[in-house]
Amino acid sequence: MAAFTVARRELAGYFATPVAYVFIVIFLMMAGALTFTLGGFFARGQADLGPFFTFVPWLFLFLVPALTMRLWAEERRLGTIELLLTLPLPQWQAVLGKFLAAWAFCAIALVLTFPLVLTVNYLGNPDNGVIAAGYLGCLLVAGAFLAIGASMSAMTKNQVIAFVLAVAVCFVFAVAGSPIITEFLSQRLPVLAEVARAVSITERFNSLTRGVIALRDVVFFASFMGFFLFLNAVVIDHRKAD
Amino acid sequence: MAALIEIERLTKRFGAFTAVDDVSFTVARGEVVGFLGPNGAGKSTTMKMLSGFVTPTAGTARICGKDVVDDPVAAKRSLGYLPEGAPTYPEMTVTGFLDFVARIRGYRGIERKERVEDAIDLTQLEGVRLQPIETLSKGFKRRVGLAQALLHDPPVLVLDEPTDGLDPNQKHEVRQLIRRMAPEKAILISTHILEEVEAVCTRAIIIAGGKVLADDKPSALTPTDKTLEEVFRELTVPAQPEAA
Repeated sequence: MAAFTVARRELAGYFATPVAYVFIVIFLMMAGALTFTLGGFFARGQADLGPFFTFVPWLFLFLVPALTMRLWAEERRLGTIELLLTLPLPQWQAVLGKFLAAWAFCAIALVLTFPLVLTVNYLGNPDNGVIAAGYLGCLLVAGAFLAIGASMSAMTKNQVIAFVLAVAVCFVFAVAGSPIITEFLSQRLPVLAEVARAVSITERFNSLTRGVIALRDVVFFASFMGFFLFLNAVVIDHRKAD
Repeated sequence: MAALIEIERLTKRFGAFTAVDDVSFTVARGEVVGFLGPNGAGKSTTMKMLSGFVTPTAGTARICGKDVVDDPVAAKRSLGYLPEGAPTYPEMTVTGFLDFVARIRGYRGIERKERVEDAIDLTQLEGVRLQPIETLSKGFKRRVGLAQALLHDPPVLVLDEPTDGLDPNQKHEVRQLIRRMAPEKAILISTHILEEVEAVCTRAIIIAGGKVLADDKPSALTPTDKTLEEVFRELTVPAQPEAA
């Protein structure tokens, strides 16, 4: 499938520039530092990765848009979008290919946090099923943020704008289910409070980190990504030549 | 025999500005058509519509009988397209880039390697094959773009300023390449260089303000007492204020 060819090229492109190394190093350093300091990994006296999983979505909130901001913006700047979209592949495959590359990259970054898993297994007897579910949750959150970031990148030639828009939109979905927002809404617009709870990424992520892999949550993430990738394809189709 | 490129009443408007206005022409196998016009005349926009990159406001285009709007993937399979400025991925090596294009075009295994090698031979990129494209000179970059367009030996070639940025020797080589390929293909090239039209084209189309002003053999466009440059100026200078 052409999407995999596009993904292969993109993924190699990450490692051809310092982007990949900076991303991975910063992610690993911050994830480690936050887990052991703010997260109180040792002080809690519990053999799990709870503190780590608490911080991953917030790290992704800033790092994932940094990854996606160049997805389409860079193609526009270089003019290669014209090359890519005049090759004989359906446009949706180009969209999917770029997304898959970025997602695979996030998966690599997550795999590299394995020393945490080793540490917690050395120190105690954690439930590794819960940890696996937590990692699945991280991957799904990364996918959701990537899909948002990719569609924001499609809208502009300017990478800074793409980054800021993506952070803003990701933030909205990250905090939509938080008590501050839902209480505020339920007092004034009760209908919207339900909507906010329903589209919240954080709530679903939290239940995954508790080890609950509910089909409805997985379906939610899949359709969330599907929606934003569809948006991405529509934007590219309408604005590719601008 | 049906023409390989058919452009039918193609129109593109950007807001109130009409970039391409009701343009129709065809290019048959064996023809090399030079697409001439001042900057902003609508040459590139017409080529972008023909390649399926820009969606026409009205009208349509067909490549080997395949409609670029209704059946874009099939149309693009028969097309070799060099976009304006010959964009390529700067961090990739020449071979890596051509290999990517060959994969997208569906070549596998040995055939893919052969296609890449043929394209490298044809455009004389042998000496720089493992260099990242961003380290190459402008002339080499243009040839990488050309190699990408020729890789699948397409029946239709659309080249937007193929010799721009090349030195006189390289220009000569590209023109010879075009002449060599001409008998089996339908080729549309845009250019600013009028001598190029006289050197390689079997037909010239002059466009300005989005409209086709002339479409004929270079020899027929130029009466004995005038050069092609004089004809070009006569046709396009009055149209300039409108386009600006």
